[in-house]
Amino acid sequence: MHSATVKPGPAAKILWVAIAIVGAWCLGVVALRRGEPINAIWLVAAAIAVFVIGYRFYGKFVEHAVLRMDPTRAPPSVLRNDGLDYVPTDKWVVFGHHFAAIAGAGPLVGPVLAAQMGYLPGTLWILFGVVFAGAVQDFMILGLSLRRDGRSLGHMLREELGPAPGIVAMIGVLVLMMIVLAVLALVVVKALTHSPWGTFTVAMTIPIALLMGAYLRWVRPGRILEVSIIGLVLLLLSIWAGKFVADSATLAPVFDLGAKALAWWLIGYGFCASVLPVWLLLAPRDYLSTFLKIGTIVLLALAIFLAAPTLQLPAVSRFIDGTGPVFAGNLFPFLFITIACGAVSGWHSIIASGTTPKLLANEGQARMVGYGGMLMEAFVAIMALVAAASLHPGVYFAMNSPGAIIGTTVEHAAATISQWGFVVTPDQLLQTAKDVGEQSILSRAGGAPTLAVGMARLLHNIIPGEGMMAFWYHYAILFEALFILTTVDAGTRVGRFMIQEIAGLVHKPLKETSSLAGNLLATAICVALWGYFLYQGAVDPLGGINTLWPLFGIANQMLAAIALMLATVVVVKLKRERFVWVPGIPAIWLIVCTLTAGWEKLSGPISFTAAADKYATALQNGQLLAPARTPAAMQQIVTNNHVDAALTGIFMLLIVVMLAFTLNAIARAWRTNHPTAHEEPYVALDSVPGGAGAGH
Amino acid sequence: MDAATAFRSVRRWAVQTARLCCGVPDYEVYVKHLREHHPERPVPSYAEFFRERQEARYKGTGGRCC
Repeated sequence: MHSATVKPGPAAKILWVAIAIVGAWCLGVVALRRGEPINAIWLVAAAIAVFVIGYRFYGKFVEHAVLRMDPTRAPPSVLRNDGLDYVPTDKWVVFGHHFAAIAGAGPLVGPVLAAQMGYLPGTLWILFGVVFAGAVQDFMILGLSLRRDGRSLGHMLREELGPAPGIVAMIGVLVLMMIVLAVLALVVVKALTHSPWGTFTVAMTIPIALLMGAYLRWVRPGRILEVSIIGLVLLLLSIWAGKFVADSATLAPVFDLGAKALAWWLIGYGFCASVLPVWLLLAPRDYLSTFLKIGTIVLLALAIFLAAPTLQLPAVSRFIDGTGPVFAGNLFPFLFITIACGAVSGWHSIIASGTTPKLLANEGQARMVGYGGMLMEAFVAIMALVAAASLHPGVYFAMNSPGAIIGTTVEHAAATISQWGFVVTPDQLLQTAKDVGEQSILSRAGGAPTLAVGMARLLHNIIPGEGMMAFWYHYAILFEALFILTTVDAGTRVGRFMIQEIAGLVHKPLKETSSLAGNLLATAICVALWGYFLYQGAVDPLGGINTLWPLFGIANQMLAAIALMLATVVVVKLKRERFVWVPGIPAIWLIVCTLTAGWEKLSGPISFTAAADKYATALQNGQLLAPARTPAAMQQIVTNNHVDAALTGIFMLLIVVMLAFTLNAIARAWRTNHPTAHEEPYVALDSVPGGAGAGH
Repeated sequence: MDAATAFRSVRRWAVQTARLCCGVPDYEVYVKHLREHHPERPVPSYAEFFRERQEARYKGTGGRCC
C-alpha cells in the first residue's frame, strides 16, 4: 500500500494492541454476560474502543486505498475561495460545524425504539453499521464532493449516472423529507399530548424566538452568542414557570391539548414559520436549538459517565421474534430500518455534499470530519440507547407501547406488561409520572419522552433536589421539541424550494422563489404533504410512531443506498475495482434491508395492506374498531394505510430503478480501460497563492 | 505558548465554530479576502454581512439532519 503515513513505532503498536484488547474485553462483557445486569460503562467503553480502532484502521484504509485523498491537492475552498461559501477553515471548526449539522433528533429516537429487542442488537448494529457503512458513506460522499468543486449529491448523481437518476433521487429526497418532517413532528405531538407543562414551555419558545429575532435585527445586530444566552435564560425560566401553569386551574386547560389539536397547531405553525422572514422566527430558533443541542449532548455524556447506570433492560428480549409492541417486525430487517441515524443515515449524504466540502482546507482532513463526525453521531446514539436501557423495563414498555395493546389505565398496562415477563406495578408507573410532573406516561412513543425520563433519572442521581427530576424531564422534552421544530421550519422552507424547482420543470414562472403567490402556494403544498402524514399519525390506531417510523426508516436507508451506489459507481469509474466492495457491500446490505422491509410492509401480517383490510372488513360488517368512533373515521384509517402502502411501493420502485442505472453504469465503466469519473483536474496546493499556508 | 494566548485561541475557535454552526462564516476572513482580491468592492459592516448570511442560510437545500 502506498500510504503517505510514517510507519508506526513500537510504542504506537503496543498502544493499539492494548486498545484492541480492552475493547474486545468490554464487548465480550456486553455480549456474553448473562443473568446479572451489567453497568453501562462497559458498553460505552466498548463503543469508544470500536470507534477508535475503526477510525484509525478502516477509516485510514478508505482514505488511502479507496478515495486516495491527497494532502498536496488544492481543495475547492482554496481554488474557489470567495470568503463566504468557499473558505479554507480550521479543521476543528469544520468538524464542529459538520457534527452540528448531522446530529439531530434521529440518533436519539431510533435506538430508544429499537431497545424493545434488548440493548445488544441495537448496540452491535450501531457499532458495526457505523464503521462499515455509515461513516464510509459520509466520508466517501465528502471525498467525492471535494474532488468536484463541492457539488451536491444530486449534481454528482446527474454527472456520474445521467440525468434520469438525478431526477429519481430528487423525488426520493423530497418524499423522504416529507416523511421526516411528519415523523419528527409526531414525536413532538406524542411528547406534548395532555401535558400542559410541556406544551406551555414549547409554546413559549415562539415569543422567545421573536424577541431574539428583534434583538438581533435592531438592538445588537449579529450578536448571536449574546442573544442565545438571553434566550437560554428565558427558556429555563419558562420551564420553571411551566410547573405553575400545570398546577393552575385556569391556565392548565388552555395548554392541555389532545393529539389532533396539537397536530393542527403544528401544521399551522409550520406554515407561518416558513413564510415569515427568516430573521424573525426561524433563524433565532435555529441558533438556540443548535447551542442547546450541543450542550445537551455534552450533559448526557457527563450524566452517563458520572451516574454510571446499570442496564436494566435485558441484553436480548423476547421481542426479537417480531411480536414487539413498539414496532412490528423481526430483527431482520426491522432493526436495521429502525436505527437509521446513528448507524447509517442517508440524509448525511446531503450535508457531506453541502457546505462541509467547501470549507475543508485540505483533503487530508476529510477523514476526521467525514468519518470522525459520523462516529460522534454513533456515540450519541449509543448514549440514547443507554438512557433507555437504564430505565425499568416495565416503565420503558409502558411509555412506548400503543394504547391499543396495553390499554389506557395504569392497572391494565401494568398487568399486560407484567405478563410479558417485565414485572411492574401500577404504583411504579404512577410514581414515575408523578416524579416527572405528568399525569400519565403511558403510550408516549417516539423516543423523546423515554429519553427525557432516562436523562432526568441520570441527572437527578448526580444533582439531587426536591422536584428537580420534573425540571430535568421538561428540560429534555423542551430541548428535543425545540430542535425538532427547527427542523420542521427549515425543512418546510427547503421543501418549498424543491417543490418550486420541480414545478418549474413543468411551468417556468413557478420556479421564481421571490414571487409571493408561488411562495404561498408551494409552502401550502409542502405543509399539506407532511401535515397529512402527521395527522394520520395522530389518529392512527397504533399511535402513529409504530406505523410511520418504519416508513421513515425505509426512506432514509433508501437515500443511504443511493449515496453508496453513487460511491460504488465512482470507485469503478476510477478503475479501482479491487475496492468496489467498500461502498458496494453496505449498499447491497441496505438494498436488501429496505426491499425486504418494504415487502413485509406491502404484504403479510404486519403490512399496511393487512391493516387496511382489517378495518375495511370490520366496516363492511358494521363494526367500529378503536380508536375510530365513526364509519368515516374507519374509512380514513383504511385510506391512510393504502397511502402508506403506495408510498412503500414508490420507495421500493425508486431503489430498483436506481439499482438498474447503477449496474448499467458499473458494467460500462468496467469494460472501459481508462478512468471515466468526472473529477476536476489536479491542481497542486503549492501552486495556488495563499493555498499552501492554509493547509497547515 | 502561555496560558493567556492559549485561552484566546481556544475562545476564538469556540466563537468561530459557534458562528459557523449558525451559518455565519468568519467576518474578518471575508473582509481580508475582499481587500486582497476585490479592492473595488465596498466592505460591508458586520451587521450587513450578518444579514446577508442569515438570508443565504435558509435559501439552499443544505441545512441539517433529522
